[in-house]
Amino acid sequence: MKRLDAPIARTYSGAASAAGPLLFVRSTRRAKLGEWVRIGGEGQEERRGQVVDVGTEITVIQVFEDTLGLKPADAAITLAGETATTVVGKDLLGRALSGTGEPLDGLPPSIGEARLPIWGAPINPVRRQHPSDFIETGVSAIDGMNTLVRGQKLPVFSAPGLPGVELAADIVENARPARGEPFAVVFAAIGITERETQIFVSRFRESEVMERTVLFLNQASDPTIERLLTPRVALTTAEHLAYTHGIHVLVVMADITHYAEALREIAAAREEIPGRRGFPGYMYTDLASLFERAGVLKDGKGSVTQLPVVSLPDDDMTHPIPDLTGYITEGQIVLSRELHQRGVYPPVDVLPSLSRLMNAGIGQDRTVPEHREWADQLYAVYARGREAKLMAAIVGSEGLAPGDRRALDFVDAFEGQLIHQGGTRRSLVDTMRIGWSLLETLPRDELTRISDTAWEARGRDEVSKEPPR
Amino acid sequence: MTDARIIRVAGAIAEAQPLGDAALYELVEVGERRLLGEVIRIQDDVATIQVFEETNGLGLHEPVRRTGSSLMTRLGPGLLGSIIDGIGRPLEGLAERSGDFMTPGMTLPTLDPDTRWSFAPTVEAGAMVCGGDVLGVVEERPGMAHQILVPPGSGGRVAEIQEGSYTVSDTVATLDDGTTLSLSHPWAIRQRRPFAHRLPSDRPFITGQRVFDFLFPVVEGGSVAVPGGFGTGKTVIEQSLAKYAKADIMVYIGCGERGNEMAEVLHDFGRLIDPETGRPIMDRTILIVNTSNMPVAARDASVYLGMTIAEYYRDMGYHVAILADSLSRWAEALREIGARLQEMPGEEGYPTYLPNRMSRLYERAGRVESEGTPARTGAVTFISAISPPGGDFSEPVTQASLRVVGALWALDASLAHQRQFPAVDWDISYSLYTDGTTEWFAREGGADWAELRVETIRLLQRDRELREIAGLVGVDALEDEDRLVLEGARIAREFLIGQNAFHPHDAFSTVAKTYHLAKLLWAFMRTGKAALGDDVSFEKLDLAAVRRAFGSVKTAAPDALEQQIAEAEQTISDMGAP
Ligand SMILES: Nc1ncnc2c1ncn2[C@@H]1O[C@H](COP(=O)(O)OP(=O)(O)OP(=O)(O)O)[C@@H](O)[C@H]1O
Ligand SMILES: [Mg+2]
Repeated sequence: MKRLDAPIARTYSGAASAAGPLLFVRSTRRAKLGEWVRIGGEGQEERRGQVVDVGTEITVIQVFEDTLGLKPADAAITLAGETATTVVGKDLLGRALSGTGEPLDGLPPSIGEARLPIWGAPINPVRRQHPSDFIETGVSAIDGMNTLVRGQKLPVFSAPGLPGVELAADIVENARPARGEPFAVVFAAIGITERETQIFVSRFRESEVMERTVLFLNQASDPTIERLLTPRVALTTAEHLAYTHGIHVLVVMADITHYAEALREIAAAREEIPGRRGFPGYMYTDLASLFERAGVLKDGKGSVTQLPVVSLPDDDMTHPIPDLTGYITEGQIVLSRELHQRGVYPPVDVLPSLSRLMNAGIGQDRTVPEHREWADQLYAVYARGREAKLMAAIVGSEGLAPGDRRALDFVDAFEGQLIHQGGTRRSLVDTMRIGWSLLETLPRDELTRISDTAWEARGRDEVSKEPPR
Repeated sequence: MTDARIIRVAGAIAEAQPLGDAALYELVEVGERRLLGEVIRIQDDVATIQVFEETNGLGLHEPVRRTGSSLMTRLGPGLLGSIIDGIGRPLEGLAERSGDFMTPGMTLPTLDPDTRWSFAPTVEAGAMVCGGDVLGVVEERPGMAHQILVPPGSGGRVAEIQEGSYTVSDTVATLDDGTTLSLSHPWAIRQRRPFAHRLPSDRPFITGQRVFDFLFPVVEGGSVAVPGGFGTGKTVIEQSLAKYAKADIMVYIGCGERGNEMAEVLHDFGRLIDPETGRPIMDRTILIVNTSNMPVAARDASVYLGMTIAEYYRDMGYHVAILADSLSRWAEALREIGARLQEMPGEEGYPTYLPNRMSRLYERAGRVESEGTPARTGAVTFISAISPPGGDFSEPVTQASLRVVGALWALDASLAHQRQFPAVDWDISYSLYTDGTTEWFAREGGADWAELRVETIRLLQRDRELREIAGLVGVDALEDEDRLVLEGARIAREFLIGQNAFHPHDAFSTVAKTYHLAKLLWAFMRTGKAALGDDVSFEKLDLAAVRRAFGSVKTAAPDALEQQIAEAEQTISDMGAP
C-alpha cells in the first residue's frame, strides 16, 4: 500500500457510540479508509485502532485492544493521517516482540531502517520469479515426498492435540536453503498458548537459531483483534529482509485458525452477512492478502516462503478455515491423529499431503534426477498398502492378492522408518537412502514407476547442490 | 457536475455526491489518485461506485470525476501475447512504471500506442461497407492474420483507404460521412458482440486429454464446467488445455487465483513451441491476470474483458478457447460487492441475480456466422474451473453452471489423493456433445470409436460394482473373469484415462494415440477372456508385461509410438502363452 500523503494527525473528542470492538465517530472530516487511530482521553488507557468504514455521517473504527471500560463520550480519538506501519530492519533479528512489534525482551525498541505500511501491496505477477529452489527442512515427509521450495506457501494442517507447532519449530531450527545463502526466520505466533510460546522461546534461545530469527508473539491472552495485525507486521518485516537485504526468509504463522476467528469476530460486530459457519464471505480474499505475500521476485536475491500452521476444527478438512487455506496455498502437509497415537513423529499423512511446487524444485540440478520417480513409487506402494489395510480389516490379509499383501507390510515399514524420525534432522540424502532400502524389499517387477536408469542410479550419496551442513 | 465528492468508503465500495446524472456502469475516476471505478447504483444524487483498485487511503471529500463512457477495451492488433490485469492494463507497462509491486492510480492503454502495423486493405475506395465487414489485414504475429473489422454499428461508402504502416489509432480509412476508421475500436466489455447467427457445432474441440476427448468430449463453441475441491487438478487441466489443445487462440483468465501460477504460465508459455506454427504458444495466448490479492472489483471485470477479446477474434473467423480459473472467484466478487451494498442476499449469501448473470456469461460462448463479408465462422469455447467450498457440488455456483453448460468435468478429491490424474469422476461427469461428435470421431479417430467408448464406460461401472464385492469377500474369492475386469479397469484408469501433465510425451494425446490405447485395452480384454476360456488361470497371465507395454505406449515419443503399439499388441497376444 502506498503511504498516505504527509501524515497530519487530527484529534476528535468523544465517539457517538461503541459496540464490542467497534467505535462509531460522528463527522470526521477527511478521514481515510485504513487510517491508523489512537484512542486516549482522561483516565482512559491508550488504545489503537483503524478506520474500517468512512462516511460523512459515521466513521467506524475497529479497536485492537480490549474495549472493556472504554467510555465513548470521553474518548480522545486521534486519526494519525497514515495507515498502520511497523519499524523494519536487520536489527530486529534476534528480537522477541509483541504481536504489534513492541519489545518483549526487555531491550529498547529497535531503531530500524525504515517504517513501512503493513498492508503490503500485491506483487505485480509479471515480476514474480517461478519458484524452483529446494529448501531442505530436515523432515523426510516434506523433503522427500512433498518438497518445499522458496517462495512457496505450504501450510501444516494440524488439529488440537497434534504437534503442528512442534513440527514448525523443528523446521525453523533445521531448515537450510540449498546453497548456503543468507537465511532468516520470522515467526508470528498468533493466539497461541503460553505452553506453545515456551516451546519456541526456550528452544530458540538455546540454539544459535535465535540470531537469525524475529519472534512476534500474540498470545492467547492478548487482545483478539490484535491478531489481525500480527501476521501483517511479520510479513512486512520479512519482505524488508528479503527484498532489501537479499535474505531468504521463512515465515511461520501459527495459528491461522486464531486469525480467522478474529476476522469472524469483527465481521459479527459489524453485523455483516455471515458466510459458512459464521465466517465472512470475504475470508478467501482476506486470507489471500496474507498468503499471496509469499514469493520470489525476478532479479531479486531474497525470497519469502510461508509455513502457516492451521488447526482443523473437529479434524474437519472441509471446515472453511482449512478449506479456504487449501484453495490459496500451494499444497498442504496434513498431520494424522492415528499416526500420532501410534507414536509416529512427525505424524504426517502423505496421502492427502501435497506440495504443488515440488516438481519445479526437484530433479536434475536441484535435488537428484530420480527424485520424482522415487517419490511416485513410494507413494504408489504406500497408497496401495493403505487401501489393502482397509480391505484386510474386512476380509483378513489372506483374502488379499499377493501384491496387496506385500503393500500392506510396506505400510508399517514406511511409516516406522521413513516418516518417523523423532526429533532428529535428516538430510535429503539420508531420506532417499531409507526410501530406496524400503523399495528394495519389493520385487523389481512391481516397481513400475522406477525406470531402469533411476534404479541403477539409486543410492547416490549427494544431492546435486549439496546443502552445507 | 464537476464537484462530486466522496461521502463514504467501505471495502471496494465508495459513494459520491452529487453524482445523480452519471449513467449506470459509467467509468469514474475516484479520489486524488484517480482510481478507476464503475457506477453500479444511483439513488437520488448519490452514486455508488465499485472501485477497481485498492481503496485503502481513500478519504472523505476527495473528488470523483465522470468519464462519460463505460468500461471499454480497445480491440485491435497487439492483443496476442499480452498480459493484462482485470481492467485491461498491461502488467509489464505497470511494472516499468511502478516496479515490483502494484501501485493504485495508474492508467495505461491495453494496446501499445506506438507500435506500427503494416495494413493491407482488402476493399477499395467506393466500396459500401457495414459493421463486421473486413477492411483489410494486419499480420499480428508471424502467420497470424488479424482482420481489421468495421466496428459493429458503423458503415457507409469508403471514401478513402490507404495501404501503409499505422499505429492502432491512426486513420486507415474514411467513410463518405466523414467517419474515420482505424486498426482498432473500443468496445464496452459488458456488452456482447453481435453476430449474424448461431450455428450448430459438431466439430470437437480436441483437448489432447484422453479422458475428455474419448469419454466427455466438448465441441468448438461449447461450454464446460470443471468443479473440484482444492488440489484436484483444475488449474493443471486449464493450463494443459491452454498449452496443447487445438484452438487458434487461447484467452486465459487467472481470476482470483495464485500469483505463482501466473509466473508458471509466463515461464512455460514463453518457452513451449506450438508444433503447428513453430512459434511459442504465448504468441496465440492472451493472459488476463487478477490474482487473489488484487482488487475484488477487477475480478468481476476480468471475466467480461476475456469474453470480449475472445468474441473479437471469433468475429475474424477464429476458434477461440477461454480458460477461466476460477469462475467461483468471480461469483464471490459479486457476493462481496453485493454484501457491501446491503443487497438482499440469495442462496449462501450470493446475490439473487447470480444465476442470471452466469447464464448470460455462458451464453456468450458458441459457434457463429460472423456479421459482414466475406463470410466467416468462428467459435468461442468456454471452459471454466469452479471451486466449490468443501468440494461440495450442491453449492450455488456449481449448480447455476450446470443449468447452462454442455459438459461437466467433475473432479474428485479422493481420486486426486490416489494421484489418479486427471481426477475426473467418470460416474458423475457427462457431455451433451457426445452424440454430435460421434461422426467426426468415427471418421478421424476410428470407425468403432463410439463402441469403444461405451464399452469402456461399462467396464468402469462394472469395476466399481466388483470392487465393492471384493471389499466384502476378498479378491481371491472372485471368479477369474471378474478379476480380468478389475485388471482391465485398472489399465483403463492408469493408462487410458490417466495422463501425466508433466511428462513431455504424455501431456498431450493425439486422437490417434487415444484411439490406439483404447483399442489395446479391448485387445487385452478379448485376449484375456479367450485365454481364460482356454483354461489358462488368471494367475498365469503375464500382467506385469502387459502393464509395462501399456506404460511404454502411454509415454512413447511420437516417432516411437507406432513401434510401441506393435510391441504392445504382441505382448498382449502372448500374455496367456505358457
Ligand atoms: N494431470 C496431472 N498430472 C500430474 N499431476 C497432476 C495432474 N493434475 C493435477 N496434478 C497434481 O495435483 C496438484 C494440484 O492441481 P491443481 O493446482 O490443478 O489443483 P486445483 O484444482 O487448481 O486446486 P485449487 O482449487 O486449490 O487451485 C498439482 O500441483 C499436481 O501435483
Ligand atoms: Mg487451481
